[in-house]
Amino acid sequence: MPRYIAMRLLQGIFTVWFIATATFGVMHSIPGDPLESDKAISQEIRENLEAKYGLDKRKITQYGIFLLNMVRGDFGWSFEHENRRVNDIIAEQFPVSATLGVLAIVFAGLGGILWGALTALYRNKWPDVVIIILVILGISVPSFVFATVGQLGIVTLNKTLGIDIPVAGWGTVWHMLIPALVLGLGTMAFLTRLMRTSMLEIVNADYIRTARSKGVPIAQIFARHQLRNAILPVLTVLGPSIAGITTGGFVVENVFGIPGLGKYFVTAVQQSDYGVIMGTTVFYGAFLVLMVIIVDLLYAVVDPRVRLNK
Amino acid sequence: MTETLHNPKPRLTATPGWQLTKYALYALVLCVVLLLLLGFITEKFNVGATSTSAVNFEDNTITLSLTSEPPQMDSTRATDMVSGMLLGHIMEGLIRYGPENEILPGVAESWEMGDLSGTFHLRQDAYWSNGTPVTAHDFVFSWQTALNPATASQYAFVLYPIKNGKAINVGEASVDSLGAKAIDDYTLSIELEQPTPYFIKLLAFFTYLPINKEFYESREGNYGTNAEDMIYNGPFLMSRWVHDKDVRLERNERYWNNSQTNLDAIEFGYITPDPNTALNLFATGKIVLAGLNAENIERALTERWRIETHSDGSVFYLGFNHRAERPTSNLNLRKAIQQVCDPEELVFKVLKTPGNLPGESIFPVWLRGVEGYFRDEFPAPDHKRDVASAHDYMNRALDELGLDEPPSLVFLTGDSAFSSKHAEYYQSMLKEKLGIEIKIDKQIFKQRLAKMTSGEYDIVAAGWGPDYDDVLTFGDLFTSWNANNRGLYKNEELDHQVEIAQQSSDPRTRMEAMDRVQHILYEDAAIIFEYERGSVYVFDDRVKGVTRRSVGTDPDYTQAYINPEVDN
Repeated sequence: MPRYIAMRLLQGIFTVWFIATATFGVMHSIPGDPLESDKAISQEIRENLEAKYGLDKRKITQYGIFLLNMVRGDFGWSFEHENRRVNDIIAEQFPVSATLGVLAIVFAGLGGILWGALTALYRNKWPDVVIIILVILGISVPSFVFATVGQLGIVTLNKTLGIDIPVAGWGTVWHMLIPALVLGLGTMAFLTRLMRTSMLEIVNADYIRTARSKGVPIAQIFARHQLRNAILPVLTVLGPSIAGITTGGFVVENVFGIPGLGKYFVTAVQQSDYGVIMGTTVFYGAFLVLMVIIVDLLYAVVDPRVRLNK
Repeated sequence: MTETLHNPKPRLTATPGWQLTKYALYALVLCVVLLLLLGFITEKFNVGATSTSAVNFEDNTITLSLTSEPPQMDSTRATDMVSGMLLGHIMEGLIRYGPENEILPGVAESWEMGDLSGTFHLRQDAYWSNGTPVTAHDFVFSWQTALNPATASQYAFVLYPIKNGKAINVGEASVDSLGAKAIDDYTLSIELEQPTPYFIKLLAFFTYLPINKEFYESREGNYGTNAEDMIYNGPFLMSRWVHDKDVRLERNERYWNNSQTNLDAIEFGYITPDPNTALNLFATGKIVLAGLNAENIERALTERWRIETHSDGSVFYLGFNHRAERPTSNLNLRKAIQQVCDPEELVFKVLKTPGNLPGESIFPVWLRGVEGYFRDEFPAPDHKRDVASAHDYMNRALDELGLDEPPSLVFLTGDSAFSSKHAEYYQSMLKEKLGIEIKIDKQIFKQRLAKMTSGEYDIVAAGWGPDYDDVLTFGDLFTSWNANNRGLYKNEELDHQVEIAQQSSDPRTRMEAMDRVQHILYEDAAIIFEYERGSVYVFDDRVKGVTRRSVGTDPDYTQAYINPEVDN
């Protein structure tokens, strides 16, 4: 087991290095210049800036410096937020994204499993039909629509009931509820479909037939044999989803005015903010790799057939 | 028998349906517990309260939102509007602008300003928020820092009128050689590189704000990063800044003119770029002001909120690419396009939101001239859409370009919904009137700038906002030496007229030169004037005394107060 974990971590480090190198290469080859701004800067000022950010050095030297700093866990300075360190941006903004993300992923995970199980249980009956229609909506409608509608919903609710649920901002439990639901909605819809398929595949499995013929009560077959086995594929995709949701609520963060990390992913690319692009991408990559490893370890807990020390 | 073996804990319900319901209940409980737990933790770590209402009578506080997180508060390096607006509240330069953009004494009590030098007498009751006096050294230090090449300030050029400013910035002179010297703590002498008639107005710009050297150095490179990494000499001080979340300004008790400040605090409680969110915050009584756009103005109208308009100072135009290899370097082609353009149609039928003015000149209507407004004294070139003459120009252009039919042109623009609508209007209009095929090239901001700089376009949707309150902030835009002249337009007479306006100290000579500039730009069809942008917003009328400006701190809440007589 420890050997397996060590192996996986080693692979993970290689993956992160690869992500960093690929991002560095792509970032420097796309058009767009971090020093361009709407008020053009003169050659002299440009030279000052290039010297400050080390952009006057050769690409390979820049890459070397970046790698060296990355190993030390230092992503340097933001170009846009000139005197903030990328590390500080991640350290201050990520906890907010993570809080919202954990909530969203729990909504999405539990909801997806339950709705999926329900549709499989009532296959081709009305609950199945209704939920599947909602699922298709959930997958195809972009999140900014849900976010906008959710916010308008709060405004209307406040007006009709005379209550005061905040429409934007951060700080209390009321600031989290709707944004987390909106953030988790797409994943929930996707997981519902996955769970449904997975449940229906298992219905005809040998062990279910055996259990039935032995006379095991149907509730027990459903709970112990079907549900538990069907959850496995859902768990598999949960890892990447956790990383995705906890770091990437760009739309939700913008609409609800939430001080998270998600907006930095998008705006950094638009602004060619090299420091923030590299910092957030490597951070995200490392987080993703870690989540996948954790989920693989969880497999062993859920599925006794998996022996990790092999 | 076997069953009990398999199921030693008979706690299952009768049917799968009930079983699932039971699980759902567990899940619900889990979610609620998690929500409360995370809520508790967040509240525990939440710095400062998220404000509760737009206008708070008891605390004498108003709440607003910001469209973006201020990138930083270091005045030597700030470039954006949000930082500029905040700096205008928490810092004070030698002078400040009054409600009518008149020049009022700031830290400087009085001054004598000649053509090439000036002396500023600083008030002795100006203090930093930590109690140290604001002195002439603080100005010298701040300006030297901004010009120091190591600072790499993008706005260092604003300080170039000061003697040796440019030489320092390019590393050819030491910072000590700057033509700004502290004679004593309260006397600042300034020497200029060349006569700069508008220099006094520049002094209100944020790059000219003072910084206390001792404090700056004590922050070891973090000056301006957080609220505690600054000291303040303006009417307000920043008491809280939670990045991306909120900014709180409180009355600065040490400000020399504190008795004139009315509000006890200004809370920027929300940071969101989404205008719909701002409007929802306004609708639920959380913020005092919300900007409107073409999409949500309908809602403001149906809700019967008071809608205000204000010129945000900027001018929008279509820029041509004047590089020789591009068809738009042909004068007759540009004239043909100019003759079919109709700014009034654009403003009233396409943009539609109130507040915009049809563009007639590179100089917006609010700029001052010799005595009154520049545009009253020097009318803009006459323009009327004239399709017949456009076709004449077109035929000549085709001859000169050796083409049989109108060339197809690349129209470079932004990636917003507004940019698309705007570009599509020109696409259909130019096709219909002149038969020109337009290829729309939508690019995100930095890539659009990169393409403008490298010249990969024929026509670009562009705009310009003022840096200081003088005609030259627009007038020198198309000189051959201006880096913002990305279309590489070149006209010797225009260059010459701008030089006159830069060097002359006679207002009439300067304004006449600028009048020539607006006519040259039109006659040459160097650009096509489109519109002067107005911003539309809803405002809580319980708050009074807010100044909107076209140049400088905008909106300016320094003199704002809450109207005690409320009628709602």
